[in-house]
Amino acid sequence: MKRMSRPVTRLIGQGVRYATKLRGGGSAFPGLVMEKLHPDFVAEELAKLPRGVVVVSGTNGKTTTTKMVVQLLESQGLKVFTNRTGSNFVRGVAAALLGEMNLAGKLDADIAVLELDEAHAVHFVKRVKPQRALLLNVLRDQLDRFGEIDTTRRMLAHVAGATTGTVILNREDPRIRSLAENAPEGTAVKYFGLSEKLRKMFPSDDDMRAAESPVNTAQLAPELPAADVLLKDFAGTSATFQLGSEELNGTINLYGVYNIFNAAAAMALTLDVMGDDADRSALMAELANITPAFGRGEALTVNGQTLQLLLVKNPSGFRLSLASADARDYATMITINDAYADGRDVSWLWDVDFHSLQTGGVNMVSGVRAYDMALRLEHEDVSVAAVDEDLDSALDQFIKNSQGKPMRIFCTYTAMLAIRKNLSKITDVEEIS
Amino acid sequence: MTSNSGKSLKIVQLYPRDMNIYGDWGNTLSLSRRAKAHGFDVEIVDYNPEDSFPTDADIIVGGGGQDSGQSVIGDDLQSIAATLREMAEKGTPMLVICGLYQLFGNEFRTIGGQVLPGIGIFDAVTVGGEERLIGNIVEESSEFGTIIGYENHSGLTTLSGTTEPLAKVTKGEGNNKDDEFEGARVHNVVGTYLHGSLLPKNPAISDFLIQKAAENKYGEFTPATINDELVEKARASASQRPR
Repeated sequence: MKRMSRPVTRLIGQGVRYATKLRGGGSAFPGLVMEKLHPDFVAEELAKLPRGVVVVSGTNGKTTTTKMVVQLLESQGLKVFTNRTGSNFVRGVAAALLGEMNLAGKLDADIAVLELDEAHAVHFVKRVKPQRALLLNVLRDQLDRFGEIDTTRRMLAHVAGATTGTVILNREDPRIRSLAENAPEGTAVKYFGLSEKLRKMFPSDDDMRAAESPVNTAQLAPELPAADVLLKDFAGTSATFQLGSEELNGTINLYGVYNIFNAAAAMALTLDVMGDDADRSALMAELANITPAFGRGEALTVNGQTLQLLLVKNPSGFRLSLASADARDYATMITINDAYADGRDVSWLWDVDFHSLQTGGVNMVSGVRAYDMALRLEHEDVSVAAVDEDLDSALDQFIKNSQGKPMRIFCTYTAMLAIRKNLSKITDVEEIS
Repeated sequence: MTSNSGKSLKIVQLYPRDMNIYGDWGNTLSLSRRAKAHGFDVEIVDYNPEDSFPTDADIIVGGGGQDSGQSVIGDDLQSIAATLREMAEKGTPMLVICGLYQLFGNEFRTIGGQVLPGIGIFDAVTVGGEERLIGNIVEESSEFGTIIGYENHSGLTTLSGTTEPLAKVTKGEGNNKDDEFEGARVHNVVGTYLHGSLLPKNPAISDFLIQKAAENKYGEFTPATINDELVEKARASASQRPR
């Protein structure tokens, strides 16, 4: 097929996007149409941005960290283009681009900050060389798609290798730290990290096998590179960051210790983008305004009580999520589906330490693999009040029986989508277009 | 009070530090709980490279690893190979999954052309493949009935000699893409590609390992009656899942 001219391609894409929105759903579809008509569309558009493209990747925390970076950069006065829908494929980016362009075809932005899944990041960087890459972690995730953790690391090595300006790495994750070797000559390498005091709260998969194992691979590393942004300490929602010789305090209103570490990652990237122009105290103030990304600790109100949705998809994430609150304070539901987007393989549930639920128990277990989950909890002596594979009736029972306690639901991806849809009938749930 | 009370079993986990991907802890946990439910006291001992090998193990379990994990433990496994072979021949029950299943064979030729020598408990050769065989799997065994789990491997295993397959695959791929079998059986040793984890949903295999261990050590085994209602429900839903 002869390649279509750009304005024509774009107008067709925008038309498809509008039509798709009317029909409801399918956020990446207009992008697919664009990609077929004009394959270099995304690369050409993004190349025009004055501050270039940032790719955020890694197995855990991409969505929340991307949201943080966008908000921090906006607080510094930049116009930021991002793939907010979480449809993080190349064509998702194309679809997002269409949504942001005006009819004259101009993308009104200074910089693009894109969340890309590891496998899609590899394809993306073949088309678009990012100025910066923020690489978060390589945790055991989606092994049914990628096979092995080391495969995931290799994918991120491609991303580091295609980055022209700065790669920003988590120095606490040995697989990420070693990506410094893959940065091309002339590309700067920066790090974010944890103080020694905090390191033990973030065990890696290599020392996952058990709380009793004192060995932490990060600790064994001969010498860690200096961190440009170090999370020094935190208590509750207040955190202390070390930025070079300067110590700054901030408030982070997000569920989970891992989100405070994600904030360190987001700060490191933002500071690199802003350079000497960075207003550090404004950045710290902005941190407090960041709200959870969709399904990542998002708090809804149901019957006057808060209900938190906590996306779980791998052992580290689930374990950190569990460790972030006292189980006795919550009514707890766990929902495990096994569709492709959740991960077909549920064996990772056996690598999550559920001890912390022994005191409070679990009120409801649901989802397609509810009985696998219930069996897992039985093996950990966690009491389970009810099991119901049907999500809608389980949710209904759970809310009825929560006895005035705040509620939290740990859920896999498709379960989260289903729960949000169900809850949108009885409470305000932000539309994700 | 069952007649197993006051008796104890020692479960040794092979290389839990380097070969523990895909929920292998679930197998050890499930096996030890099952043995306790039958009335035994249970001791779990970890064996990692360069530890002194606990030759008084009553049951040995070993898990899957990444290719990198297999290289790390390769030399150490050779250093205990003779002991393991002798124990297998004397009837010590063992369960090895995925990576260690491959290394319990004669050799594993990786896709990169490297030859990792096995310890020859199974007459089996594994060759690294281009494609990973991934998905839910269901298989039928004359000894254990229906076995349900999840496979995720690129190695293709071919059995020979006196080594029998563990089961015939009814959904999924199994040892390789050519025959319809999965896993391996010899003496009281079970090798398989299934995780999921295997034992929580397949207590018949746990019971076999416990029974053989008890008979070796005490000359008898009296099974307790265990309520498997939750297990049955988890099996029912898992066996219905698409590949």
